[in-house]
Amino acid sequence: MTEAYIYDAVRSPRGKGRKDGSLHEVTSVRLSTTVMNALKERNNLEGHAVEDVIWGNVTQVKEQGGCLARTAVLASDLDERIPGLSINRFCASGMEAVNIAANQVKGGAGNAYIAGGVEMMGRVPMGSDGAAIAVDPSVAMDMYFVPQGISADIIATEYGFNRDQADELAVESQLRAAQAWEENRFAKSIVPVKDQNGLTILDRDEYMRPGTDMQSLGGLKPAFKEQGEVMPGFDKLALMKYPHLEAINHIHHAGNSSGIVDGSAAVLIGNKEFGEEYGLTPRARIKATSKIGLDPTIMLTGPVPATQKILADSGMAISDIDLFEVNEAFASVVLRFQQAFDVDPSVVNVNGGSIAMGHPLGATGAIIIGTLLDEMERQDKETGLATLCIASGMGAATILERV
Amino acid sequence: MSDFNLSVDADGVGIITWDTIGKSMNVMSEQAFQDLNAIIDTVLSDDAIKGAIITSGKPGSFAGGMDLNVLAAMRDRAGDSPAQGLFDGVMSMHHVLRKIERAGMDPKTNKGGKPIACVLPGTALGIGLELPLSCHRIFAADNPKAKIGLPEIMVGIFPGGGGTTRMVRKMGAMAASPFLLQGKMVNPQKAKSAGIIDEVSADPMADAKAWVLSEPKIVKPWDEKGYKMPGGDPYHPAGFMTFVGASAMVNGNTWGVYPAAKAMLSAIYEGAQVPFDTAIKIEARWFTNVLMNPSSSAMIRSLFINKEALEKGANRPDVPDQSVKKVGVLGAGMMGAGIALVSAKAGMDVVLIDTSQEAADRGKAYSETFMDKGISRKKATPEQKEAMLAKINATTDLQALSDVDLIIEAVFEDPGVKAEMTKKVEAIIPEDAIFASNTSTLPITGLAQASVRKEQFIGIHFFSPVEKMALVEIIKGKETGPRAVAKALDYVRQIRKTPIVVNDERFFYANRCIIPYINEGVMMAGEGVAPQLLDHAAQLLGFPVGPIQLVDETSLDLGAKIAKATMAAMGDAYPKSVADDVTFWMVEEGRLGRKAKAGFFDYDEKGKRQGYWKGFADKFPRLDEQPDVTEVQHRLIFAQVLEAVRALEAGVLEDIREGDVGAILGWGFMPWSGGPFSWLDIVGAAWAAEKCDELTEKYGDRFACPPLLREMADKGQSFYGRFGPGAAKAA
Repeated sequence: MTEAYIYDAVRSPRGKGRKDGSLHEVTSVRLSTTVMNALKERNNLEGHAVEDVIWGNVTQVKEQGGCLARTAVLASDLDERIPGLSINRFCASGMEAVNIAANQVKGGAGNAYIAGGVEMMGRVPMGSDGAAIAVDPSVAMDMYFVPQGISADIIATEYGFNRDQADELAVESQLRAAQAWEENRFAKSIVPVKDQNGLTILDRDEYMRPGTDMQSLGGLKPAFKEQGEVMPGFDKLALMKYPHLEAINHIHHAGNSSGIVDGSAAVLIGNKEFGEEYGLTPRARIKATSKIGLDPTIMLTGPVPATQKILADSGMAISDIDLFEVNEAFASVVLRFQQAFDVDPSVVNVNGGSIAMGHPLGATGAIIIGTLLDEMERQDKETGLATLCIASGMGAATILERV
Repeated sequence: MSDFNLSVDADGVGIITWDTIGKSMNVMSEQAFQDLNAIIDTVLSDDAIKGAIITSGKPGSFAGGMDLNVLAAMRDRAGDSPAQGLFDGVMSMHHVLRKIERAGMDPKTNKGGKPIACVLPGTALGIGLELPLSCHRIFAADNPKAKIGLPEIMVGIFPGGGGTTRMVRKMGAMAASPFLLQGKMVNPQKAKSAGIIDEVSADPMADAKAWVLSEPKIVKPWDEKGYKMPGGDPYHPAGFMTFVGASAMVNGNTWGVYPAAKAMLSAIYEGAQVPFDTAIKIEARWFTNVLMNPSSSAMIRSLFINKEALEKGANRPDVPDQSVKKVGVLGAGMMGAGIALVSAKAGMDVVLIDTSQEAADRGKAYSETFMDKGISRKKATPEQKEAMLAKINATTDLQALSDVDLIIEAVFEDPGVKAEMTKKVEAIIPEDAIFASNTSTLPITGLAQASVRKEQFIGIHFFSPVEKMALVEIIKGKETGPRAVAKALDYVRQIRKTPIVVNDERFFYANRCIIPYINEGVMMAGEGVAPQLLDHAAQLLGFPVGPIQLVDETSLDLGAKIAKATMAAMGDAYPKSVADDVTFWMVEEGRLGRKAKAGFFDYDEKGKRQGYWKGFADKFPRLDEQPDVTEVQHRLIFAQVLEAVRALEAGVLEDIREGDVGAILGWGFMPWSGGPFSWLDIVGAAWAAEKCDELTEKYGDRFACPPLLREMADKGQSFYGRFGPGAAKAA
């Protein structure tokens, strides 16, 4: 079978997803073309170089609507014969873009793809595209719909994680991210965001809070307690779905949950012939991909079954994996992954994660694949696995192998 | 003759009078709808008529609602396709209401049309409000006793005559929700401030007529261009939050077991996104869906039709009126005080007896506190309080009982004490007075042995707290005569509660079913099932409280007392179980329940539940592998319904309607199911019998299939088919 290789991976720095965030003035199109153009420039992708651009994006309304992928390709320096496909698998959209591209290449549908994604959470707020699962009674009631923060707290309750464990993980994420920046470990991937005059707007992740410690996190109130226990009382639904639980333990807050940020990322994927044609050296092989659905109420345990499936499909064991990226959507998601596979926390999210640097929904899946690859090269490790939990009860994973 | 009649006055205003023949309050029937339709056609087509007023020919009320039998008729008429029959029937009602609302206006320009007002002399409920809502302006008389609302949800359906769609479009989903989802009813002033009706006036007919003649604007907001739903539609940012919250709250508050609440919310959500006429069609589809759900038929049957039948004396012996004028209540404890309260509130004179004046006064003070609360909530006046308290004579003097016509004895649950009281009191009361005992556990036939007039001796079993619980269980001893039964029934009617009449056997009917329910829960706790799983399992079935919480409320020592008494009575036949071990151990540990501020739960100093007591698992270790919630639920349901079937087999119950209504009102048995017999009919006797065999094999003989149920399973019978009203009595 044809192999699919990663030739390059880039990302924008992540800006605070707020009105005073540095990237708030930048459009979704511009943040997309920033990384698309970087790939073109770094790899000399002249002409009809890739089959398609598969672009992950969650909130596809307003400037992110109307097939942003195609709009961005047209606005970029890429050839207009390259079409553009917007996709949405919530938080794993960027990973799904990479996985689809890899499988297209493996299946022989074209030599190369650009895959990635973007989310301008400060400009197009999360949830502003509506969602029947939350609001249509026929679905919401039968599914026992609860918001993600409640799901994260259900995981903590069901699997016995306390506030201290979640806060420790958050502190560690901040420490590792700070150290990674200090040692310039992201240098290979980061593409500064510039204006139309070439002036730099942002060249560094700005959401991080170095120096975060247990004491500073200890002062934060649980973020989902009120909507869980009082209005509109989501905890009741959790207890209806999981009647063996006595009460939901609310441990998550802004400091141990992923940050709301703006960001984008792009990965160049192609077969062997593509590399030869463009004179590029493959950095890693996309060995396997997986996606899976699960109970939508606990919702965010997806990394566990997605990893079980990808290991089974590729005939591997957890011990075959050297490094992990498990998206830090909420602390309990990572804690559950480590518990389920009994993996050493020191090989999980080595350079921090979404708690420290933020989680631009449509882009994160592509970001962590790039981060994983950079770290595999830095530590000279063979195999890495990236995985994310996904809204509405899904999970996705990718295994990379260096070549 | 017709229920609707048209007359045209000198100014050209058509007066459409609704006057249901043979009823004290208007009720909508299919024929009435057709008659109204014809009249509306006349009003709209006759150039001499300028507009119309729809009002009621009944003094003090507009209409009580729909004749619910109409819905059954629509369903049955359609033969093989009952859903089609219902949908078509409901849509034909909508056409009439929509014709009133559009009133001949041009569909594009909204020009033309004739104003149609509605005048409510008083109460307007259900379709009796949905019809006014289709009119252009609603005028109500200033009648503070009138009730205006859409109470359909209380009997397991929802407003399906356009009320759901119109209320949401008029007020917004948030503001309409108490009226739609909780069936809230209000007086005309409150209905006006909520925006349901338009005017409250001293002379609503005159005002309505002046309005009709004023060439008013009649187009409804939702028929105009640019209409926006108040509070936002589901995909408007504000509306989004409302709808997300509504699904969660309705699901949580109902524990997901009421199909009508879900269906109504779907009708609101889906209807909010489309034009009015499409929304009405959606409402009709969900309404049909609810009517096709066996739960709604069962709820209507038990909570509306049969409850009313029992209250009206369906099983009352044919003896002259036995209304109570003066009642003697023996014992001024919690039960006696409550009985005195409800009796005085119903206008009876009450003699409240206790052994000390202080105790008797304390019993009377209960009524005082109750009325004070009512005054502070503006539900009663100081005058009413004085009048009521004047009716209660709290005394130690048995001679005060010399002219009572009913005794209700509520003294200590001890046969000796009760016998002594019976003898003493019977010597004083008139010879034709009826003597009733409020015992909850002692057989009536036994207590009657102390009486010299056994045919006048009966059980009237109240539930606690008396003023809140709607059910009263009347128990006939072996020698109780028909006049005693009639007396008890007339008394229950006077205090506006719902009676069931049962025969005398251990624990009568309600406690006979409740005790095994609690026991099964306690037994599972002893087996190591997590207590929260037990309580949640019950709540997910629609029980108001789970067995573990219930046993803490009723207290562990009462459980121990009942267990010991049952053991003594049954001897070797008593099926000992881990439930007894748990109960006796809890009593030894002093964990008696809420009253001891320690039981299966921990409590704070004020007696508020804190969480399940962790120490229980040290004695009865938690199972590593917890059972599936469905398995727990089957044990909890079957523990009760099999007792109900055995009560029917034993003749304790003579009428399954009483078994169903009594279970829902008495201990909150899964109201959505219509009661234990309705539930068995929904699941089917064959499935139930099979489940019994399975449970018997796993958990023991208490789940053995009663012969009656087995026979019905074999014959493919249903309880309402075999024992319901109209069915030939079983041989």
